[in-house]
Amino acid sequence: MLAFLLRRLGLLLPTFFGVTLLTFALIRLIPGDPVEVMMGERHLDPQAHAEAMQRLGLDQPLHRQYLAYLGQLMRGDLGQSFRSGESVWAEFTTLFPATLELACAALLLAGVLGVLAGVIAALKRDSWFDRVLMGLSLTGYSMPIFWWGLMLQILVSVGLGWTPVSGRIDLLYDIEPHTGFMLVDSLLSEEDGAFLDALRHLILPAIVLGTIPLAVIARMTRSAMLEVLREDYIRTARAKGLSPARVVFVHGLRNALIPVLTVFGLQVGTLLSGAVLTETIFSWPGIGKWLIESIAARDYPVVQNGILLIAALVILVNFTVDLLYGLVNPRIRHAR
Amino acid sequence: MLHPLPLLALLPALLLGGQALAARDSLVVCTEASPEGFDLVQYTAATTADATAETVYERLVQFAPGSTRIVPALAESWEISADGRSYTFNLRRGVRFHQVPGFTLSREFNADDVLWSFQRQLDPEHPWHRLSPRGFPYAEAMGMAELIERIDRLDEHRVRFVLRHPEAPFLANLAMGFASIYSAEYAAQLLAAGKPAQLNSLPVGTGPFVFQRYAKDAQVRFVANPDYWAGAPRLRRLIFSITPDPNVRVQKIKAGDCQIAVYPRPTDISRLREDPNLRVLELDSLLVAYLAINTRHPPLDDVRVRQALNLAFDKASYLRAQYGEGNARPALAPYPPTLWGQNPELKAWPHDPQRARALLRKAGVPEGQKLSIWTRPGGGPTNPNPGIGAQMLQADLRAVGIDAEIRVYEWGELIKRAKAGEHDLVFMGWAGDNGDPDNFLTPNLSCAAAASGENLAGWCHERFDQLIREARRISEPERRAALYREALAIFHAQAPWIPLAYPKQFGLTRSNVRGFQLSPLGSNNFARVELD
Repeated sequence: MLAFLLRRLGLLLPTFFGVTLLTFALIRLIPGDPVEVMMGERHLDPQAHAEAMQRLGLDQPLHRQYLAYLGQLMRGDLGQSFRSGESVWAEFTTLFPATLELACAALLLAGVLGVLAGVIAALKRDSWFDRVLMGLSLTGYSMPIFWWGLMLQILVSVGLGWTPVSGRIDLLYDIEPHTGFMLVDSLLSEEDGAFLDALRHLILPAIVLGTIPLAVIARMTRSAMLEVLREDYIRTARAKGLSPARVVFVHGLRNALIPVLTVFGLQVGTLLSGAVLTETIFSWPGIGKWLIESIAARDYPVVQNGILLIAALVILVNFTVDLLYGLVNPRIRHAR
Repeated sequence: MLHPLPLLALLPALLLGGQALAARDSLVVCTEASPEGFDLVQYTAATTADATAETVYERLVQFAPGSTRIVPALAESWEISADGRSYTFNLRRGVRFHQVPGFTLSREFNADDVLWSFQRQLDPEHPWHRLSPRGFPYAEAMGMAELIERIDRLDEHRVRFVLRHPEAPFLANLAMGFASIYSAEYAAQLLAAGKPAQLNSLPVGTGPFVFQRYAKDAQVRFVANPDYWAGAPRLRRLIFSITPDPNVRVQKIKAGDCQIAVYPRPTDISRLREDPNLRVLELDSLLVAYLAINTRHPPLDDVRVRQALNLAFDKASYLRAQYGEGNARPALAPYPPTLWGQNPELKAWPHDPQRARALLRKAGVPEGQKLSIWTRPGGGPTNPNPGIGAQMLQADLRAVGIDAEIRVYEWGELIKRAKAGEHDLVFMGWAGDNGDPDNFLTPNLSCAAAASGENLAGWCHERFDQLIREARRISEPERRAALYREALAIFHAQAPWIPLAYPKQFGLTRSNVRGFQLSPLGSNNFARVELD
């Protein structure tokens, strides 16, 4: 286990190095620099342009810029956004809790409902429930997020008035940001009804963002369960007279969960790296939108370091998932 | 494992438990984008100006709400010298800057604040000049450093701007966002405290609203300025709810989550008019959408070919498809008819493919001539649906024997390449920001702009250039208008553009909102808004 751990950790350094090189190069390959993009169709005096480029440190040869960037990283400095002048770390830590809150809500929904639906579908294979569920999950998987989000808004928020249309909380609540997690901050604010309001704001975006992972997890759980339920040890467990629930959840599900966990880990990575469409539809101030806008504005420090931070997170999550395999199934721990 | 039933049981309670808060003293506005920052002289986006110039800051002179008329603001009055080079402003007394936590401002607004606000942008030796990493794009684009010779502090309440040459639009320039007046005392305190960056995150001005807080990409909060010299706003709180998607802005205002929503899509307007809870505001704006014809690329250097392109394009169909019926007027000149100096004798080019074809043949353009049409992927107010627009032009050109290829470039790349003159035809737009015709003509059609690339037609016509230069230097509106009439006739005959449309501007309010007006300049000001 320790060797495995060390081997994985040893891979991290070149991975990070590769990410810095890639993002540094890619953002600069796109034509147009930050000053040109900012000026748009307006007049840009060549001297003013050169001065602005110099102030941003972009007049240096590329290799110098890259070395300066690496040096900055070594000092733990992620630089400042060209646009806002704020530190990239401060912007990231402001926006990331929103992304994390939404991703957790979506994954909770997808994980709980997906596994449950998958198990039931496997147990009732070829029944109407199974067919409807698998049909629905295929629909969910292939649903265009933008359309689905807008439909829910029109039906649930505007039509029925059940949930707010977008945002994280009713703006008439004046919530001081302490942790960045609206559920927590609204609890801390002691404003009446703020927590419930924040929760209501989370429902639709979580459903929209959770739809695809839910569909994937449900299908994956179903097929894994079907395989496991055919195993000899399940028959043995049943023959021993164990309760059906114990057979399914303890003997069956635990083994079926391994591929599900892989999928889950991959979905976590996707959701954390920013759900741009969901964030846009629900005006959710997360890191996906932040990065897209930074690319459009050629905000080099934000793009480079934002992607680096996300890469670090995705690697961390997958690393954790690898470790979890071992916990769920001891055979894997020993095999590695 | 978590059991889902308790969660499911909780759902109806959650869904039905809450009601949207409603308060008659708080206005929530669904805005289209996040402000880039709050030190507005560093930025150019309209959304940044709305969150700063229209709330926190004021200028010596301002545009009257909903118009391009210039009215006194921090200057009570002004005199212009006979030679048009010297502007003396008498400053308003008793104006207080906002109080923000951690800073105590001891004095009222005076001439030092005016000097600080301009010198910072114009004087490279000013201690704050280099503290703006992005420079001062608006002041630079308007050529203010070259125009202003000096600014004199005559006394505590009088300042004089001396120009290098007469410049008719100068007063209008001073009403623009980049001419906002900052507190010199606040800046000095920030510098002393080693926090100059705070100027960009905690703005202090004299305007109707005091900045409270910005939650990045989510909301900007303001409270009313109780000491506002023109009377405190009726609203207690003003909140910008940042909602980038226009569909979502519509859904939010329908649900009552905001009371004003900016920039609805023109194609949604007719449907929105049917909603009894909403009011659709409409205004002729200072926008022009055009197709720049690169006059440096043969065969487009031949005026007959450019005229033929104007004849070939079915503008009426284009307008219907792009903006929806009645939501834009067909364009004829480089600036909309809401501005003076139009030439009533000009007649629009009709849609006449046969005449276009004949002209092309006469100019020696072979059948199957190749051209490139450039456009961008995402729409904006002047070009809501770039893809369809480019396809319509392509089809119309094919009908007159031109084989045009569409190239779609992301905005930053499009601008860079188009300024370098790589395109043949490019869809573009321009938003006027000071209500002066020169604000359209010099940046887009002057010889200087052709040399620097902003004139995307690359068109430099000696007489036209002479006329617009002369019109800039005289102040009598009548004489200026006569010069513009002649210039517009040249523009029309020379056809460096296909002028496409003057899009109308729209805004949405709930029916209980009073006192909100759209501005032809595209800015949004909420100082006089009330809620019933």
